[in-house]
Amino acid sequence: MEKNTLFDKIWDAHVIKSVPAGPDVFFIDKHFIHEVTSPVAFLNLKLRGIGVKYPNRTIATPDHNVPTVDQDQTIKDKLSRMQVEKLRENCAKYGIELHDLGSAHHGIVHVIGPELGVTQPGMTIVCGDSHTSTHGAFGAIAFGIGTSEVEMVLATQCIMQSKAKKMRISMEGTLGKGVTSKDIILYIISKISAAGATGYFVEYAGSAIQSLSMEARMTICNMSIEMGARGGLIAPDETTFAYLKGKQYAPKGADWEKAVAHWKTLKTDDGAIFDKELVFEAEDIEPMITYGTNPGMGIKVTGTIPTTQGMEGSNKTSYLKSLDYMGFAPGEAVKGKLVDYVFVGSCTNGRIEDIRAVAQFVKGHQKAENITAWIVPGSREVEKMAHEEGLVKILEDAGFELRQPGCSACLAMNDDKIPAGKYAVSTSNRNFEGRQGPGARTMLASPLTVAAVAITGRITDPREVFGN
Amino acid sequence: MAYDKFTVLQSTAVPLPTENVDTDQIIPARFLKATEREGFGDNLFRDWRYDVEGNPKKDFVLNDRTYSGKILVAGKNFGSGSSREHAVWALYDYGFRCVVSSFFADIFKNNCLNIGVLPVTISPEFADLLFTAIAADPNTAVEVNLPQQTITLLATGASESFDINEYKKDNMQHGFDDIDYLINMAAEIEGFEASR
Repeated sequence: MEKNTLFDKIWDAHVIKSVPAGPDVFFIDKHFIHEVTSPVAFLNLKLRGIGVKYPNRTIATPDHNVPTVDQDQTIKDKLSRMQVEKLRENCAKYGIELHDLGSAHHGIVHVIGPELGVTQPGMTIVCGDSHTSTHGAFGAIAFGIGTSEVEMVLATQCIMQSKAKKMRISMEGTLGKGVTSKDIILYIISKISAAGATGYFVEYAGSAIQSLSMEARMTICNMSIEMGARGGLIAPDETTFAYLKGKQYAPKGADWEKAVAHWKTLKTDDGAIFDKELVFEAEDIEPMITYGTNPGMGIKVTGTIPTTQGMEGSNKTSYLKSLDYMGFAPGEAVKGKLVDYVFVGSCTNGRIEDIRAVAQFVKGHQKAENITAWIVPGSREVEKMAHEEGLVKILEDAGFELRQPGCSACLAMNDDKIPAGKYAVSTSNRNFEGRQGPGARTMLASPLTVAAVAITGRITDPREVFGN
Repeated sequence: MAYDKFTVLQSTAVPLPTENVDTDQIIPARFLKATEREGFGDNLFRDWRYDVEGNPKKDFVLNDRTYSGKILVAGKNFGSGSSREHAVWALYDYGFRCVVSSFFADIFKNNCLNIGVLPVTISPEFADLLFTAIAADPNTAVEVNLPQQTITLLATGASESFDINEYKKDNMQHGFDDIDYLINMAAEIEGFEASR
């Protein structure tokens, strides 16, 4: 019998036709849209004189450019307001489910999909956002697309893409104290580089991955794109089923039993061949932080910035340009450096477990004088839980400022910008130049490391601050 | 929706050897707040092109009149990060019709093909050769020939072939896009959907 990977099984089941010497016509089960990458797609549909083929397969929410204060009022920024209004107008016109600002399930698109149980094993999911890979944590094929493809999905529920190569990354063993799934993914990217998985779809496997919660798995799959991968996925298991059971859109009753029986078949066959296999040991991972301007430029918090030894040409020039932007020098230690901002949020680490982790660690402490601390829940549901569990009180007592849900300072499309030249240690996913505001200097880390930095005001190893 | 057809392009080229240029650099997020596709070229490479006061930065290649053309020769891992198609719209709007690199990020490459900006993947050696030739003579002409799938430095005849699948090549040459193809498959798609 043919041995297939999980990726093969889901991909092949969604190919309607393979174009000779061309891409596959690939069927999409669920499509998420937001206000920034959808308006031109809708505009083009109108120009072509066609409508939305299957409106019930698309779900919308405004997240990228929304303000994180006064969400009950009219959006002040004219252009942001226009995009959000356009989304409302398009959803109303075509009958697309919209989780609008202020509604019970508003939030970052990759946070609300799983929360609602829309995201399920075996599905194909796309969105005009590269962090769509998040949904792969459920054993789905999920990836980001451009606006032309958003238009294709709206018009035909299909896109045309060639099948990616397959990579398996296995992580065996047990994580050390103070080490989280964010550290796992920052570690992997630092080892293989920001382009190390370009052209591949990655399956994460191994005991260290299997032991993670769904939210921790989402953090890993979320950042697959940061090593260039089309997406990442993890085989569904009892943890997945337990998470989904009872969710609004999860199957119920007999349908649930049937679905679980099918989901249990969604795993890579023993002996299936990957184009590339990598194996790492969980014990080797320590709390990580980035020092440069792409997510591959990461080291352990206690480490030193690599020197230029062995680099030449544009490789060396690009590296030094990056360090110059960050205000760092080759060979320096990062630990102890002063920080100005901390940001807890985003589709990477804006879920309730992240907020719980930060609250647990800062409880009874005060943020350092030099730190401005923002905490932005990934969704209204997360915000509600944070209030109910008393986490908001703990965080506010520690000097954190809680904002309303949205993408916020992860990409700084709204007013949540880090000022030029300032250092932010952030739970988000990208440390690109200007990502958190023009001139902002971003260092990516886990929620625990961010909590430690908030307390000390400096780059800090969380294991030293919080002890046991 | 494709902008126009692409067959053979002869042009001078603009060199940008920086590696890992992400789409946040090509078009920063704060300029994505439009509901139409026009006008993004003004903010192409905004924060590399202009200082905070909006003055052109002299050391950035787009502000150097020595270099111009419809071909951008870029460094390794070009277009990484965000899936924003606005990055390609900005390159097109500025005047680029072809981007050449030894390594492209996946989503960016798809976005290029979908709107008719040709992404040409070349070997690192040919990239070095192009950068060297353009530095020596900024007026040197490069030919990108899609039917032949070749890129040639006209002054020396140095040439390399590039890959593109037949389907996408045909689309680029005729200005078709995937929706044109998919619309004609409506019945098959409906049958498939009904079986889900």
